[in-house]
Amino acid sequence: MSSAPADRLSPALRTEALEQLLVEREPVDPAVMDKFIKTYEQDVGPLNGAKVVARAWTDPEYREWLLRDGTAAIKDMGFGGPQGEHMVVVEQTDDVHHVVVCTLCSCYPWPVLGLPPTWYKDPAYRAGMVRTPRRVLREMGLEVPEGRAIQVWDSSAEVRYLVLPRRPAGTEHLDAEALAALVTRDAMVGVAEVAAP
Amino acid sequence: MDSIADMGGTQGWGPAQVPTDEPPFAEPWEGRSFAITVLTMGRISGRNLDAFRHALGRLHPVDYLVDGYYGRWLNAAELMLTDSSILAPGAVDARARRNLGEDVTEPPFPEPDRPDYKPTAGGSLREVDLDPAFAVGDAVRTKDVHPEGPTKLPAYVRRRSGTVTAIRPAHVLPDTHAVFEGENPQHVYTVAFASTELWGPDAEPFTLQVDLFESYLEASP
Repeated sequence: MSSAPADRLSPALRTEALEQLLVEREPVDPAVMDKFIKTYEQDVGPLNGAKVVARAWTDPEYREWLLRDGTAAIKDMGFGGPQGEHMVVVEQTDDVHHVVVCTLCSCYPWPVLGLPPTWYKDPAYRAGMVRTPRRVLREMGLEVPEGRAIQVWDSSAEVRYLVLPRRPAGTEHLDAEALAALVTRDAMVGVAEVAAP
Repeated sequence: MDSIADMGGTQGWGPAQVPTDEPPFAEPWEGRSFAITVLTMGRISGRNLDAFRHALGRLHPVDYLVDGYYGRWLNAAELMLTDSSILAPGAVDARARRNLGEDVTEPPFPEPDRPDYKPTAGGSLREVDLDPAFAVGDAVRTKDVHPEGPTKLPAYVRRRSGTVTAIRPAHVLPDTHAVFEGENPQHVYTVAFASTELWGPDAEPFTLQVDLFESYLEASP
């Protein structure tokens, strides 16, 4: 670490050096690290959350369970683990728009959404969403209708929030699998709506 | 402590980014930094997730910001490793310079000095015997506290009045857990604040819901 930007080495070089030192110092297996990386590149991502949302859209009992006990209902789909010890689902309605932020770090429900995207970790989002959410959402491309209240959830402890988006009109004929393909990461954080196909 | 990590409501960052499709790791080093940090925070440094977050908060603002999210993870991992004397200060920089062919002497590995710490269970949720001090609907006020050490009370909700909207499972208290002074699990509440309570009468209308530990709150007078 060096706080002087002028002679700062690139993070790629420092990462390489740190990994070399750890492997020399401790019983660290680079293959274990490869597995961590692959898990979050390939297995754990927003498709998990999309399956949860699609099931809630097509199964009223599941929706009710999901809103009452998010962790258990999500676990029923096979999703849980780090950064998902206690998950709470909030539902978008015609009256209330929910959006999730973490002002202290970048806490995010990994089991259902994977690792957070760049914009979620960006200071402009972390700082602005709790001060001028309507303006921040507009900057990101979402115009929340006047008259629809905004609720901002700052995940400052270990509770992780997932937004249940509104089901788009004209999708009554679609099954859960087809619906899941419509659901985006951004809609499950609350910075976008799910678009009709 | 009031750290660079406590960003809520701070200004001057420019507009928010428009979301795009992106892979979890933009470059290979980001994935390596992620994996190194996950291994470091528990097993290698003998520390914990809250200590990692506190390490992020103790970084110089430049180190926090300049290389983005996985850059700050890398720097916090290095800080935890030097805290636990797994690596000497400057060791990473020296190795990286040697890898570039520079004639730099590397500091020797120090004698490890991990904290005397073992979690009582996995994860952060715990059972507590005491009943919650507050109920849903209670009017509460956040305390006027300015600790030198870690806290999860964001500065922008300090000394503000709100309403309890949910009681969450009890968690280990990061304020002590991060510095190995005990798990001290507490009830956690979601507290709603009107935007005008936070940002004055001209604030954009919205409701903030934020999760706060019991010791951060007192009954509203």
